[in-house]
Amino acid sequence: MPEHAVKLTRVSKHFGSVTAVDDVSLSIPDGRFFSLLGPSGCGKTTTLRLIAGFELPTAGEVYIGGKLQGEIPPYRRPVNTVFQNYALFPHMTVYDNVAFGLQMRKVPKEEARQRVLEALEMVRLPGMENRKPDQLSGGQQQRVALARALVNRPKVLLLDEPLGALDLKLRKAMQLELKALQHRVGITFVYVTHDQEEALTMSDRIAVMNRGAVLQLGTPEEIYERPANRFVADFIGETNFMEGQVKGIRAGEAVVVVDGVLTIHVSAERAVGMNEEATVAIRPEKISLHVEIPDPRAVPGVVEEVIYTGTDTRHLVRLTENVVVTVRQQNVGVGAPVCFPVGTRVYVHWQSESARLLMA
Amino acid sequence: MQRQRRFRRETWRLLGLISPTLFWLIVFFLVPLLLVLAISLGQRGTYGGVRWDLTLENYARFFDPLYLRIFGRTVFIALATTVICLLTGYPLAYFIATRPSGWRNGLLLLLMIPFWTNFLIRTYAWLLILRDQGVINIFWTGAMHEFMAHAAMTVPLPIWGPLLEATSVPLPLFGTDGAIIVGLVYAWLPDMVLPCYASIERLDYSLVEAAQDLYANRFRSFLRVILPMTMPGIVAGSVLVFIPSLGAYVTPDLLGGAKSIMIGNVIYSQFMSARDYPFGSAISFVLMAVMLLGTLIYFRLGTE
Repeated sequence: MPEHAVKLTRVSKHFGSVTAVDDVSLSIPDGRFFSLLGPSGCGKTTTLRLIAGFELPTAGEVYIGGKLQGEIPPYRRPVNTVFQNYALFPHMTVYDNVAFGLQMRKVPKEEARQRVLEALEMVRLPGMENRKPDQLSGGQQQRVALARALVNRPKVLLLDEPLGALDLKLRKAMQLELKALQHRVGITFVYVTHDQEEALTMSDRIAVMNRGAVLQLGTPEEIYERPANRFVADFIGETNFMEGQVKGIRAGEAVVVVDGVLTIHVSAERAVGMNEEATVAIRPEKISLHVEIPDPRAVPGVVEEVIYTGTDTRHLVRLTENVVVTVRQQNVGVGAPVCFPVGTRVYVHWQSESARLLMA
Repeated sequence: MQRQRRFRRETWRLLGLISPTLFWLIVFFLVPLLLVLAISLGQRGTYGGVRWDLTLENYARFFDPLYLRIFGRTVFIALATTVICLLTGYPLAYFIATRPSGWRNGLLLLLMIPFWTNFLIRTYAWLLILRDQGVINIFWTGAMHEFMAHAAMTVPLPIWGPLLEATSVPLPLFGTDGAIIVGLVYAWLPDMVLPCYASIERLDYSLVEAAQDLYANRFRSFLRVILPMTMPGIVAGSVLVFIPSLGAYVTPDLLGGAKSIMIGNVIYSQFMSARDYPFGSAISFVLMAVMLLGTLIYFRLGTE
C-alpha cells in the first residue's frame, strides 16, 4: 500500500489564458478525509477533475496509488466521483444507477446484486431500488450518488460540493454521516467545498486554495489556530487584523506598534526584521474584556457596539482612531449575558501566543 | 353556486381564446376530411363525378396486388429515408450541439440556407445531377470513359475491357428508388437534425462524465446514457421525416420517372387523370390510417 492515495506534483491547468490551477503539489494521505477548501473559482473543482481525469494537466503529474496517470481516461482510473448535482441517470432506477459501474466492469450478476443492496443499506436507503431518481428527495438522491460511487470500492472517492444543494439542517446531519462513513469504509475521501465550517468539521487534513494555488496544508486545528497568511486567516473563521511595524524583538516575541500608539506583543514563529511591516491577526474569541486592568499588556478601549447573536455576544471595541476589534464572548451563564454598555471604557487582553504575526 | 358560475365564466373565456383556432380547424381540416371520407364511400360517375351509392368497394380495391406492391415500396422508401436521415442527421446534430455556443447558431444557419430555395427547384436540381445527361453521367461517360480508353491503350490489362464497356453507357441513377431516397433525404434532413440537436443540446453533460467515471468508455456511455437521454429527439425527428416521406408526391414524380412511383403519385393520378375521386379518397384514408397507427406505435415504443 503506497503511503499517498493521491499525489500531484507541480500540476498546472490553463484554459486559454486563464490559469485555473497554478503549480500545485499535494500529497493526500491514504485512508483519510481530505478537503480542498477555497472560494468559488479558486481551482478546487478543477483540481478534483484533474484527479478524476476529466481534465488533463497542462503541466505536472497526477499519481493515484503511486501510479502515474498521464493521459489515462476517467473510465480507467481507480477513482469514483460524487457530482455536485449528483448526475444520477434519470432514465434508470436507483438499482440500475448503483449497479452501473459494476455492470461496466462485468462483475457477475449475483455478486453485483449483493453489492448494490449492501451499498444501499450502507447509505440507509434500503427498499428504494425500483424508484426513479426524480421520485427521491434531494437528500435521498445524494445518498444514491454516494452508493453509486462507493459500490465500486474505489481507491479514492472524489466529492464535489456534494452537500451544496441541501438545506442547512440536512447538511449538518450529512456532514457527520459522511465523516462516519469515511471512517467505516476507510476509503480516501477528497472533498471539495467552499464552506470552511464544513471543512473544519469533517476533514483530517485541509488544503486551502486561492487563485489556483494551495496556500496552506494542515489539520483543521493548524489551519484555524496557525493560519499561514492573511488570506487563510480571513477565509477561515473570523479574525481581527491590525497592521503595524515591528519595533522590538526578543525571546520569540515581537513588539508591533499599530497606528503609532498601540503596542502589541505577539509570539513570532518566524524571523522578523526591525521596522518590518507586519499584520497581527487575533481571533475574536481569544480576546477578553475587563473593567480593571488585568495585565500590564492589556490595551484600553471604548465599547462602540454590542451585538447579541444567541450563542454569544460581540463587543466592537475601538482601540485607536483606526483600529476597532471584535471581541466574542460565549453566553455561558444563566439569564442575561454579561455585557458592557456602549461607551464603557474597558481593557482588552489576550495571551501573546494567541495572536499571529503575518506578513503584511 | 358562485364557484360554479365562475367556472362557467372561465370556460367561456377559454373557448373565446381558442375560437379562431377552432374555427380554422373545423372549416379547413375537419370538414374537408369528412368530405374525403364521404367521397371514399361513393362510386365513380360515368363522366368522373361522384355517384352517391354507398359502398366499401374502393377500400377493397386497394388490396389489389398492384396497389399493395406500390404501397409496400412506398413504406420501404419512407423507412430507408428515415434511417438514412437518422444515421447522417444525428451525428451532424451531435457535432453542432457540442461546438462552442457561439458557433452553434451559425452552423444551424448553414444547415438551413439551402432550404431558402424553393422545394421544387431543389428537387429539379437533383434531376439535373442524376439523369442520363446529368452532371454525374457526363463525367462517367465522358472523362471517365476517355480515361479508361487511354489507360487501355497505355497499359494493356484485362480489367479495362469491362470498365470501358461500363462507362460507355450512363449509370442508371435516375428513375430508381435510390434517386427518390436521395431526394427525400435531402429534403427532410433538417427535420431530423433540429429535434435531435434540441435534445442533445439539452443533455446534461455531467451525466456523460458520470458514466465515464463509472468505467463506461466513450462507446458505452453513448449507448447507455447519451442515446436513451436523446431518444425523444430521435423519435420526433423520425416521425417528422417518415410522415412526409410516406406521402411524398413531388420527389417521386420528378426523380422516380415512369418506373418508380409511390402511393402519393397513385392518389394524384386517381384525382387528376383517372378522375376516380372515390378511389383516390379511399387510398388517402388508408394512408392516413397507416400513418396514425405507425406513429402511435412508434411513440409508445420510443417513450418506454
